[in-house]
Amino acid sequence: MSEDLLRIDDLHVSFSTRRGMVEAVRGVTLKVEAGEMLGLVGESGSGKSVTGFATTRLLDPAGRVTGGKILFRGQDVTKLRGDDLRQLQGAAMSMIFQNPRAALNPIRAIGLQIADAILTHKRISKDAARAEALELLRAVQIRDPETRMNAYPHELSGGMCQRVMIAIAISCNPALLIADEPTTGLDVTTQKVVMDLLAEIAAARGMATVLITHDLGLAARYCRRIAVMERGRIVEEASPRTLFGAPQHAYTRRLVAASPTATSGIADLVTEEEREGYAAVVSRPRQEPVHGTPPLLEVRKLAKRFDEGAAAVADFSMTMAGGESVGLVGESGSGKSTTSRMICRLIDPSEGEIVFDGQSIGHVASRDFHRSRFRKDIQMVFQDPNESLNPRFTAFDCIAHPLMRLDRMRGGDALRKRVEDCAERVGLQLDLLPRFPHQLSGGQKARVGIARAIACRPRLLVLDEPTAALDVSVQAVVLQLLDRLRRENDIALLFVSHDLNVVRMLCDRTIVLRNGGIVEQGESRALFDNPKTDYTRKLVEAIPHIETGPVLAAAL
Amino acid sequence: MLSYILRRIASTLPVMAIVALFVFSLLYIAPGDPAVVIAGDQASPEDVERIRQSLGLDRPFLIQFGSWVWRILHGDLGTSIFTNLPVSTMIGQRLGPTLSLMMVTLLLTIVVAVPLGVLAAWKAGSLIDRAIMAFAVFGFSLPVFVVGYVLAYVFALELEWLPVQGYTPRAQGVWPWLQNLILPAIALGCVYIALIARITRATMLEVLQQDYIRTARAKGLGQGGILFVHALKNAAVPIVTVIGIGIALLIGGAVVTESVFAIPGLGRLTIDAILRRDYPVIQGIVLLFSFVYVLVNLMIDVIYTLVDPRIRY
Repeated sequence: MSEDLLRIDDLHVSFSTRRGMVEAVRGVTLKVEAGEMLGLVGESGSGKSVTGFATTRLLDPAGRVTGGKILFRGQDVTKLRGDDLRQLQGAAMSMIFQNPRAALNPIRAIGLQIADAILTHKRISKDAARAEALELLRAVQIRDPETRMNAYPHELSGGMCQRVMIAIAISCNPALLIADEPTTGLDVTTQKVVMDLLAEIAAARGMATVLITHDLGLAARYCRRIAVMERGRIVEEASPRTLFGAPQHAYTRRLVAASPTATSGIADLVTEEEREGYAAVVSRPRQEPVHGTPPLLEVRKLAKRFDEGAAAVADFSMTMAGGESVGLVGESGSGKSTTSRMICRLIDPSEGEIVFDGQSIGHVASRDFHRSRFRKDIQMVFQDPNESLNPRFTAFDCIAHPLMRLDRMRGGDALRKRVEDCAERVGLQLDLLPRFPHQLSGGQKARVGIARAIACRPRLLVLDEPTAALDVSVQAVVLQLLDRLRRENDIALLFVSHDLNVVRMLCDRTIVLRNGGIVEQGESRALFDNPKTDYTRKLVEAIPHIETGPVLAAAL
Repeated sequence: MLSYILRRIASTLPVMAIVALFVFSLLYIAPGDPAVVIAGDQASPEDVERIRQSLGLDRPFLIQFGSWVWRILHGDLGTSIFTNLPVSTMIGQRLGPTLSLMMVTLLLTIVVAVPLGVLAAWKAGSLIDRAIMAFAVFGFSLPVFVVGYVLAYVFALELEWLPVQGYTPRAQGVWPWLQNLILPAIALGCVYIALIARITRATMLEVLQQDYIRTARAKGLGQGGILFVHALKNAAVPIVTVIGIGIALLIGGAVVTESVFAIPGLGRLTIDAILRRDYPVIQGIVLLFSFVYVLVNLMIDVIYTLVDPRIRY
């Protein structure tokens, strides 16, 4: 039995806020053995990151450890000061973060940033540090490392930035690495490459890793032991197999249910008890369009070129019937967001035609499109509900604004009634309407964004990664809401996402994009079950699945 | 890089042309006949006519402007109506004291204000932070002439540490030169120090909240390395901008400061020229100040690209 590298004992962390002290971690007890990879899973606000930051002593100044111990090699980290602390940070223990691009200094060449870490802990010359940095870039498999040494973060992709972060983190051969959501925001294939690399390096160097993530599937794929956190406590700790096969705690059960898998449907995303009532809606068959009806949307040979450089989108054609849902998937940079923005008429296509309801709308300049009668028919739900709502508009204002602009409503009771009606349709409690975005939770903000988009009764809703910033349980609810709106109001959905599991559940058809062109398209289920191209197969395989059913049974 | 600088210089030409047109038109924008205005209240009609002839005011506007620009491009700023000396000579005589005052003030400001701002941001919310910010508000609120007279009274008249007023050229030694500039520089720099300390604090606070500062801490870097290597350079663009804008403030402030401390610089020359309606001198000074300001902006643009690799040139 190897000795515990890290032992967290009844840890309590509190933050001082305007409303007094808030306890973020309330009694976490955790062990990490040398060389193992532990998954720490939970939703936002569960205290998983705070636990990580407390361990590496990187808590915000507002946060304070109020109780418990963090023993690293038998030494209490919470009591370290000054030089003792700095000898630990980056040397024996290091950390990588979510959003790697922001975690790197934008105006410092990456070679220097790696060398910084080496020079802090080793007494060697600058040239020697530079040589070591170059070796590290090779170790994290960055192509052409000599040139990249002088590159700045904005010249690298997100995945490459995270590799640089890994290089910095492993530069002094730490015994423990804490990875806080290391691949959130990266697309599935990059996620797989980065995580494989991390697992490989950890194994080769005998480095223990704590993987903090909201993605159960990811933790299941790379960790032998997973601790589930909820509201500052660890509610369950087990091997992935037990966790998914027989979750004990009610919260774990909900979390497991809400995580989309290769076989789940929209209705599966909640636990048995919550499922009733939804079934009635799902089972209602959608009306088949009458034969010969023109399609709602027809896009022909759409292309977009930004000044200089290759085309972001080229030769993109598709059609959509009323009430149909189509998924647009691809890695970042594949042109899916650009395409959706052109269809939404937020940016102008360089070439091609967009025909909506039999009328060509592609030639109307995007800055004049707000005057078109089709503006209310095509609406958009944006990626990040936190960023896409005006912080000085209340929920009511957000929903009322398009009604006033596009439906020429003048306020008063009629407007109030319409807004309340929209709020009800998206399941937003009416007493939340006077609130400002910062007073709403992520899920509530997502509902406001959807209510705003459906306020003018659009016929086509374009959704750009609408659930990417949300927790899985909130995502489950939002997906069900979208599916219900589509069935009840016959709204066509164009769903842009890199989460293939979600697309497969929500969309009738899927279009796979790569480098601005269509690689493959077809009926969702068939496309994901039997991908015809290598690229689609690679995408599908990169999704971290929660292995249940036969695979697991065989393993047992 | 060189082509970027050349392009920037080229883009300042239209600005300078517009400034030149405006400066030249000063005489015509002012109400009344320029010749009468220059001649003053007591002039006889003959005097007015003589001035009109000598300045070429009877010729068409565009021809006057053209020949004026032509002469300026050859370094001839005209002749003072009052002293009959070439304007360029008069400005040349007064340039030294003003440049000295501005340089010393600028240096003092940066050396004092930037560290104060960094310190305040690092210790945000503490007593030190609040003391620095209170000092900044104080510095903002006091007019230059009040600070100037108080400083002169305390340090020159009462303590007799420094001379009350006057100017010693740099050629007569560094210390005598500096001695005369210390009090004016403090008086002139007060507002400027307050402004830059505040901006430095605000930008540093923002930078210190960025993820990469957390990364620097995660690497185990010391506080000094974090503040000056990783944070200050990232905060530099807004700070440099404000330092540049401040140079315009300095030009205005120098006029007042030179009066208070009796420094024979451009500020004094400006006031004298305005009181005497010495238009060629006023035009020369305004043109020079505009030129300096355009030059400073050019330098700021170049500094941006040196500091931040994301700004393309």
